[in-house]
Formats: sequence, structure tokens, C-alpha cells
Amino acid sequence: MRHWLRGQARIGAVVLALAAFFSVPAQAADWQDTLKAARGQTVYWNAWAGDERINGYIQWVAEKVQAEYGVTLRHVKLSDTGEAVSRVLAEKAAGRTSDGSVDLIWLNGENFAAMKQNGLLHGPFTQALPNFALVDVMGKPTTLVDFTVPTDGLEAPWGMAQFVFMVDTARVSAPPRTIPGFIDWARANPGRFTYPAPPDFIGSTFLKQALSELAADPSVLLRAVDEASFAGVSAPLWAYLDALHPHLWRQGQGFPKTGPALRQLLDDGEVDMALSFHPGEASALIAEDRLPKTVRTFVLQGGTIGNTHFVAIPFNARAKQGAMVVANYLLSPEAQARKQDPAHWGDFTVLDLDALPAAGQQRFAAIERGIATLSDAELGTALPEPHPSWMTRIEAEWLARYNR
Amino acid sequence: MLRLVPPLTLLLFLGPVVAGLAGTLLPAFGYLPALGPGIGVLAPWQALLDYPGIARSLSLTLASGILSTVLALFLAVGICAAFHETRWFVRLRGVLAPLLALPHAALAIGFAFLIAPSGWLARLISPWLTGWDRPPDIASVADPLGLSLTLALAMKETPFLLLLMIAALNQVPAAQMLRVARSLGYGPATAWLKAVLPLVYRQIRLPLYAVLAYGLSTVDMAIILAPGTPPPLAVLVLRWFNDPDLAMRFQAAAGAVLLCGLVVAAILLCRGIETGIARLGIIWAAAGGRGAGWVARILPAVLAGTIGGLALTLSILSMAVLGLWSLAGAWRYPDALPPTVTLEGWMRQADAVAMPLSTTLWLAGAATLAALLLVLGCLEQEQRRGHGLSQRGLWLLYAPLLVPQIGFLFGAQILLVRVGLDGTAIALVWSHLLFVLPYVFLALADPYRALDARYTRTAQCLGAGAFRVFWQVKLPILLRPILIAAAIGFAVSIGQYLPTLFAGAGRYATLTTEAVSLASGANRRVIGIYAFLQGALPFLGFWLALLLPAWLYRHRSGLRGVS
Repeated sequence: MRHWLRGQARIGAVVLALAAFFSVPAQAADWQDTLKAARGQTVYWNAWAGDERINGYIQWVAEKVQAEYGVTLRHVKLSDTGEAVSRVLAEKAAGRTSDGSVDLIWLNGENFAAMKQNGLLHGPFTQALPNFALVDVMGKPTTLVDFTVPTDGLEAPWGMAQFVFMVDTARVSAPPRTIPGFIDWARANPGRFTYPAPPDFIGSTFLKQALSELAADPSVLLRAVDEASFAGVSAPLWAYLDALHPHLWRQGQGFPKTGPALRQLLDDGEVDMALSFHPGEASALIAEDRLPKTVRTFVLQGGTIGNTHFVAIPFNARAKQGAMVVANYLLSPEAQARKQDPAHWGDFTVLDLDALPAAGQQRFAAIERGIATLSDAELGTALPEPHPSWMTRIEAEWLARYNR
Repeated sequence: MLRLVPPLTLLLFLGPVVAGLAGTLLPAFGYLPALGPGIGVLAPWQALLDYPGIARSLSLTLASGILSTVLALFLAVGICAAFHETRWFVRLRGVLAPLLALPHAALAIGFAFLIAPSGWLARLISPWLTGWDRPPDIASVADPLGLSLTLALAMKETPFLLLLMIAALNQVPAAQMLRVARSLGYGPATAWLKAVLPLVYRQIRLPLYAVLAYGLSTVDMAIILAPGTPPPLAVLVLRWFNDPDLAMRFQAAAGAVLLCGLVVAAILLCRGIETGIARLGIIWAAAGGRGAGWVARILPAVLAGTIGGLALTLSILSMAVLGLWSLAGAWRYPDALPPTVTLEGWMRQADAVAMPLSTTLWLAGAATLAALLLVLGCLEQEQRRGHGLSQRGLWLLYAPLLVPQIGFLFGAQILLVRVGLDGTAIALVWSHLLFVLPYVFLALADPYRALDARYTRTAQCLGAGAFRVFWQVKLPILLRPILIAAAIGFAVSIGQYLPTLFAGAGRYATLTTEAVSLASGANRRVIGIYAFLQGALPFLGFWLALLLPAWLYRHRSGLRGVS
């Protein structure tokens, strides 16, 4: 079943990639015009800012694009990407079709789906980026299909994420390797596991991970939610959570608010496991002395959800060319390699390493994978994200059940 | 020219608040033209009431807001009653001002670091005393009842109420009344409660309501200390305003209006309870109990001293733990102190901190300067015309402090977008001015009015014009209170969270917005740096306000004493 799912996603991606390949010839002259127009522009990049290492990376990008392209990059720090989506939507509603306040936005999944659906995005623009040719669209199909929604060139891939579990091996020798296994483990170790409350995306991903393992037919998750069958499809998830919650941290009466907050609980010894969307994050945090040296990561036997995160340009952005220059720089081997380095962030690249020139390959080869990072073989192929409507629906249902 | 300042102040001040309230009220009843055809008049309210957990969110809001206000008031009254005769009571003011300046967010973050199950307090006594070799599974932060939020609010508001009470004591004939009561044989605490409190209470009623309104509508403290499933109403409303689904804005507006309603209801309730207590108080006073016995003398002092001391200690420890975290290497439970101390965090963050730090400084500077100019203009005009601000005027001045911020900031933001001012420095400074101005006015009004009129007359007799009197006589004499008012305004601006978020279109990061967004789980060392800086700046402001006049007037002892 799971192989079938993967196959579907991959075939879709190939079709899209071919379509994209034949439709747009590379136009170097146009890019020179873009570079010229971008010089001197100020790009307001709205990006989630809950992790100061990512903020530090963005700051580094700002210095680079200033020096190389004369583009001033300002990080508008968000605690929820929805803030920026809502701002662009409000501007459209108020009739501001140019001179918008957001130039570039870091997003994926439901936020992309919402912006695409409401016509809030500029583009397609990715084919105009010279570095987009380096992206591994075949090997990493999620670079073209965001939570089952085709990107249609409206967002440029930035990084690869895969759901992993962190565990402190000093306290836990045999962590559960299946979703149902967590119930037995939590019963034996009451109060030592929890997950962030949705709509935090790490928490929502845990729910989606559980549902895709528990659902009788996971293929329905790749299509938009059908209200009539939602109750039936999601019933195993609620039964599972009802059984799990009493054994969680604070008896499931309270949840950490974000993924980083959960990670902090692991460092504080309040829980034994944490969740992450960056396979290299645990190693990076150990190197910074922010997690015990005994922390390791693991994935589930049936695989874990993976996706790609992107940057997009709102339809009314003031500095569209500047935003494109930044998006292109983010795809350069230099920027991608630094991002993958656990010393800076530990977020996996979207590029096709085999196709890179030798200098680019060396950059990646030089990166230490880190003590707690799984190998590609151990990570396995990622499971596809469900259609974004599932996330919205599951979050609402979770609130209705456990938010009282 | 000067005649225009008071009306201009009111216009700058109340116009946008009223417009903002309207901009919130209309969508609450389904009308928001920018979003296409409106929805049913009651649909937003239906959605609000159907929201899962709304009942718990409301009870959490009410419980933490009201309980924290009651606690703060009791503590402030208790300290005044028990210690007004002691020598150090006069000096209390010096201790309280910097405590008052401590931003809400910094206190909340530090307090959370302190009381978490793996926090500093637990580390200090574990495992040797508690036997906890790993942190206990106790909800001491973000507890379902909101007790941690309530305590932090009470800790934050007690110094504010206490300072205002001390200021109010100078405006009523407290000393004479106390002398009479004491000579009739009343114990010190009883004399204060029976004779002075009724007079003082009238003076602090408005600030008390402001405290109540703040407690019911706080966002930054609640994000850090309140439970999240569900959070208090103000946090829910902010979440809805930011939802990508714009239809949620109707529900958000309804929630904001409901919050305003809750504040009004709580104030009315407070008013009712006041009347009841006043009745009982008369009976109590008329009964004539002297409270001169041993218990009545000692008990208030012990209670107020213990609780007040505890609150003070917790506040100081909260700041200390922020500083400690900013310097800590790996610091894990149950180490009582960080095994390694390093400046690395400060060095690595120096670049990242520079921008929000400078934004915080210029913003606070501009808002304080604007507030000072307007307030001085109003007070000077008041003196020339010879009549002061009426009680009604005072209510107007307090309006931005009594209306929940989220109730009008959303509407005000729509207004700003309409006139193309959102995300500009002007809008940002104005949004801070709204909250800075009332405090500056409160701090400056009394010393300004208390200035001996003979100085003015003497100067006029010597031929000085009105402006010259203002510039060369009043300002130099009043330098110290002016600087203290500026320090208070500066501190208020530094603490602002929601106004910065709404008026700045997210483009202006201050130490406060950074600290709150990082507090959701980023590196403790970095949070420590931001929150510590945020807490330290106001202290610096007060320190300057005290030192500058002392240095400027080092050769003029007569000017040093005026406060």
C-alpha cells in the first residue's frame, strides 16, 4: 500500500517535471534584467522565527545577497506563518494590488494551498531561477508537489524535511517503533512522552503520522477530505489518542505549545522523547550543548512523513525581482550546503548532489553528518503528506475533542 | 498655540481609539466590507460560542484577571497599613520604581524559568531535599487553572498600586488623620485602614481598574504562562485575527468585543463590591474597635511582610535567573547552578540583538519625547488658564489603559492600512504614545501642580514672559520629576507587545517582540539575553533619571532636593 502511495506521488512529480522542462527555455538575458532590477531593492522576508539558529542562517543569507547582489534582506519574524498569509489576504481584500508589505514568504502545505487557492501568489517564477535546474525534482518529488498540491512554479523549494523522533538513550533503551507501540511504552513510562498541541505543525504532523499508520486505507488521505467519510476514516486516530493521552506528560491535560518547547522539555529531563522535522537537528543541538550527548534519533518501521518547504512571492510584492534573487541564492550549492551543515542548521538539501559540479559536491561531502543523524538508508523513503485539507480538518477535530 | 495642545492631545489620543473600537465592533456584527458581502449579524457570535473550550477560556480569563487584581490590591493595602509608620516606608519608593519598570514579558519569562518542574527553584532543592532525581510531572507553569499567570500578574501589579498609593498619600491629609486616630488609641494598622484607606482608595480607583483591565486582556504574559488548550480569551482572539482563513476575523472581532464587555462587567462588579465593602467598613469603623491589641498590631505586619517579601524575592530571582541563563553553558536538571559560565551567547547574539535594541531605543525615545511635550504643554496651559483636569478628563486619559488593547488595535490597524500608514515609524510611535502618555501625565501632573506659584510670580515681577518662566524657571526646578516621568514613559514603551505587532506590520522587531516570540521554545540562553536586556533598559533609564539632576545640579543644593 505504502509503495503504491509513493509511486503515485512520484509519477505525478515526473509528469510535472517534464511539463516544466518543455515549457520554459532558460533565458539568461531575462535573468540579467532581474538582477539589474533587484539591485537596491529591500526584500521583506516573512519567515517563522521560533529558532534562533534558523534566524542566524537567514541573517547570513542577508549578508550574502547584500554583498553579491545589492539586495537588502529584512527578516520579518513570525511566530506563525499564518500571520503573513493573513496579512497578504487582508491587503488583497483592501484592494492593495501592488506595494504589498510581504515580498517573500517561507511556507508549505496548508499555507501554500490557501495562498494558491486565493490567487495570492506571484508567478510561476521558479523556471526563471538559474539554480532551479539543480533541484532534484526526480529523486525528491515533493519539490514539485506540496502536500499533494502541485506547486506549478509558484514556490521555490528550499529544504527537505522528514519526521524523526529524538530519544534520550540514557533513559530509554528500546523506544517504540510503531505508532501503536507508543501506547504500551507510555503506559510503562507514564508522563515521559507528549507532543505539541496542534495547530503547531510538529504536533499536527504527529497526528498525520499516526493517522496514516492507523487508517484502514491511507490512500484516501491523498485526496481532499470527504466530509461524509471523515468520521469513519479518522475514528481509529481518536480511539488511539483517547487511549494514549492518560499516560502522557501532565496526563494529557496540557501540551507543550511548540516543537522547540518539546525539545526543551527533553533537555530539561521532563520527557524522554521529542519530535523533529529536521533529521540533523538533534546532532546540531548536541554540538551546541543544548541536548544531552546521549540523544539519538529514530524513525518508525513503516516510515515517516517527509515534505519539502518552500519560499513564495505574494502577488502584490513590492520587490519581486529582489525576492527572486534571494530565492535563487537560497538554491545555490553554497547556501544549501551551509543549511545542511548541522553546525548552522542541519536542514537537508533539495539539490541533486550527483548532478552538481565538483566544487559543489565537495561542499556537501565536507559536511559532518553528526552523531545522532540517521543515514539515508535508515531514514528510508519518506511517506507522502496527506492533502492539506486533512490537516485543517484534523486540527479542528482535535480542538473540539481535547481543547476543553 | 499652547491653547491647541490639550484638544490636540485628546484628538491624537482618543480619535484612533474610537475609530479602532468601531473597526472592531462592525465586523463583530458581520460587517467588514473589505471581505465582500457581510455575513449574518449574529453569525460571528454563534461561531464564538460554538468554539470548543470557549467556556474554559472565559473562566480562565476571569479567574486570573480578577484574582490577580484582588491579590495585588490586598498586598498593596496590607503593606501600607502595616508599614506606613516605619522609617523605610519612605524609601520604598526608590525600590518600587525599578520594579514597576520591569516589563511584563521579562518577568513572565523569568518567573517561568523559576517555577517550572525543572526550573531553578526545583533545581535548588533537588534531589537532596525532594528526592526528585528527575523533574516531577507537576503542572507548575501553564497550569490548567492559570495560577502561575495569576501570581505573576499580582507580582507585577503590586508595585504599581503601591507606588500610586504612596503618591496618593501626599494628596490627602493622611498624616493629620493618622495623628488623630492614633491619639484616640487606634493601633497603627487599624488607624490607617479606618481613617486613611477610604481617602486613598478614591485616588487609586482608576489605576485599579486599569490593573483589572490589563489582567483580563494580557496577551504577552498569557502566551508565556497560561495554558494553551484553551488559552485565555485575549490569546484566542489574537490567534483568530492571524488565521489564514479571513472569515475567522468576524469571530475574532466578536471575541474582542466580548473581552471589552468582560472588562466593563468586571469594573462594574468591582464598583458594586466597593459599595458593599464601604457599607461594611462604616459599620466596622463605627464599632470603634481600636485594634491596639497584640494580634492586631503584629498580624498585618507579619502577613504583609512575608507575602510582600516573598513577591519581591520572586521578582528579583526571576530577573536573576534570566541573567544566569544568558551566561550558562550546558545547565541541566538538577544542577543548582550552571557548571560552566560563558560569554559566548552574548558574543554570538551581539549582531542579532543590535537591530531590535536600536529599534527599542529610538521607539521608546520618540514616544517618550512626544508624550513629554504634549503633557508639559497640557499642564502649562492648565496653569495659565487656572483650572485642572476634571474627573471626566482623567477618565478619557485612562481610556487606552481601560480598553483591552486587542479590542481596538485591530480596528486601528484597518484604519492605518486605509491611510497607508501601517508599518511606518509614525504609526508605531503613535501606538506607543497611547500607552506612554497616560503614565507620563500621571507621573508629572502632581509635581507640576505642586510647584510653588511664587517662583512664577517672582520671575514675572522681574519681567520674564510666560515662555521664559516656563523655560528658565519651571523646567530647571522640575528637571528631576520630568526625568522620572520620562523614565516611566520609556519603561512603558519598552514593555509594549501588541501595539508593536499591530502598528508595525511585523516589520519592527523590539526586544519585547523578540523575547515573546523566542519564549515559545528557543534556546534559553538567547531568551535570557533578550529578556534580561529588556528588563535592564528601564533600570538604566531610572538610574539616569536619578543621576543626571544630581550631576547637573552638583553645585546647586537647592535644586537637588525638589522631587
